[in-house]
Amino acid sequence: MKFLALIGRVTLQFLAAAGRLAIFAGKSLAHVVSPPIYFRHIGAQMISIGYFSLPVVGLTALFTGAVLALQIYVGSSRFSAESTVATVVVIAITRELGPVLAGLMVAGRVSAAMAAEIGTMRVTEQIDALTTLATNPHKYLIAPRLLAATVMLPLLVLVADTIGVLGGYMVGTGKLGFSTGSYLKNTVNYIEFLDVFSGVVKAAAFGFIIALMGCYHGYHSRGGAQGVGSATRNAVVSASILILVTNYFVTEMFFST
Amino acid sequence: MNDRPLAAPAPEESAGHDTAAAETPKIRLRGLCKRFGKNVVLDALDLDIPRGRSVVVIGGSGTGKSVMLKCILGLLRPEHGSITIDGEEVVGLRGRERDRILRKFGMLFQSAALFDSLPVWENVAFGLIAGHKMKRGEAKDVAIAKLAMVGLGPEVGMLSPAELSGGMRKRVGLARAIATEPECIFFDEPTTGLDPIMADVINDLIIDCVRELGATTLSITHDMASARKIADEIGMLYQGRIIWLGPVDRIDHSGNPYVDQFINGRAEGPIHMEVLKR
Repeated sequence: MKFLALIGRVTLQFLAAAGRLAIFAGKSLAHVVSPPIYFRHIGAQMISIGYFSLPVVGLTALFTGAVLALQIYVGSSRFSAESTVATVVVIAITRELGPVLAGLMVAGRVSAAMAAEIGTMRVTEQIDALTTLATNPHKYLIAPRLLAATVMLPLLVLVADTIGVLGGYMVGTGKLGFSTGSYLKNTVNYIEFLDVFSGVVKAAAFGFIIALMGCYHGYHSRGGAQGVGSATRNAVVSASILILVTNYFVTEMFFST
Repeated sequence: MNDRPLAAPAPEESAGHDTAAAETPKIRLRGLCKRFGKNVVLDALDLDIPRGRSVVVIGGSGTGKSVMLKCILGLLRPEHGSITIDGEEVVGLRGRERDRILRKFGMLFQSAALFDSLPVWENVAFGLIAGHKMKRGEAKDVAIAKLAMVGLGPEVGMLSPAELSGGMRKRVGLARAIATEPECIFFDEPTTGLDPIMADVINDLIIDCVRELGATTLSITHDMASARKIADEIGMLYQGRIIWLGPVDRIDHSGNPYVDQFINGRAEGPIHMEVLKR
């Protein structure tokens, strides 16, 4: 009986948390499209999320593309299919590794920063101060971050895709003996619009998740420095898990047979 | 036991319409209840803040003073009771209606609550730019003038809040609270954490600013020196209710043992602090 009660309690808690998150997201989305729109804040967030994430996303993509080329070469050589290296690299990067790795890296960098910043504002009464100054915190703090992350992640992923393919190209031509012409030909000939498009759609979803988790956990943080620390950790963990779960469903939506 | 009734006659009880308008308090709390879990913080609290007066609510830590302020500002929602501002019920107001009411208020937070990401002048001008849609250049001029009112030079306006001392932060917070020239100003522990001289400076600034604006003020504090200086009337909050309210010059002769114990800072008396002794 106690076990059943425990299951019931956990289920109710999960549903309540999901409901709170859905209401938070809905309220914030409503503020994205209703005036006043804080263009200055949206621009600042776009630079913070997009431009300043370029180094970490670029390096991640470069080495992932390079490692991928090496691994595929080793694996495909077992059945004499070395010529597939360029094609597999570009498909893997554009469909999966570009968006997922960029999403995870940005989740670590941006979601944590949002949770820490908004959490600190919460525990130091800055969010209350915003409200007393007749400014809605959802509109001023949350909506610009959601919009900026949802717009900037696809752009970051397009850059990551390019750099990832470049990493594969560098290893392919510099170490594995492919000629520039054949590597580029195999890259361009077999890539389809849907490969890139699905990655961009995933990136937009990941951007929304990253900003939502950072803002949600920061906004509801309590109890001083420890509360802000917990909010930061929860933001990164929940954003990362949701990215992986969402990745499966978006993949299934685009590519299920 | 109170020197003035906590509840003034309701407007409709007065004979003439003009008299009713004159007697309507700026802020009226009736039967205000707020609890957190099983902890009842406000228990059917009644209080009137007359127009243009400075009311200070005293009481021990954790007695619900800040909760009362947050309920009036709509930061917390009471379980029961009524809050009227200029005779208009504000409990449950949302969106633009709530923003309209909030534009009547300024607030100095205990920690000043300055926005870390903005320079000092933009903190002061925030309500003008975001709430009153003033142009940034114009708002900056007003902010510099308000900083001057609290004794800070224009160079302070360019600093980050992290570069300010505790006293300067309070002064910037005060400048922000008065920047929009609100009808009501709330002060949450305005002198907490300051040395006695700086605390007196803040008290003087509060008196000067409020006199110049003609604002209605509600302050909460447990600093009796501050309360005596800035108050027209003092109320004491205990166990979720105002147990005494009267003119500041009557506080020493309240005849209320709770008030006497509190203002004289005695450990012995009807108020028992929950302290575990080994």
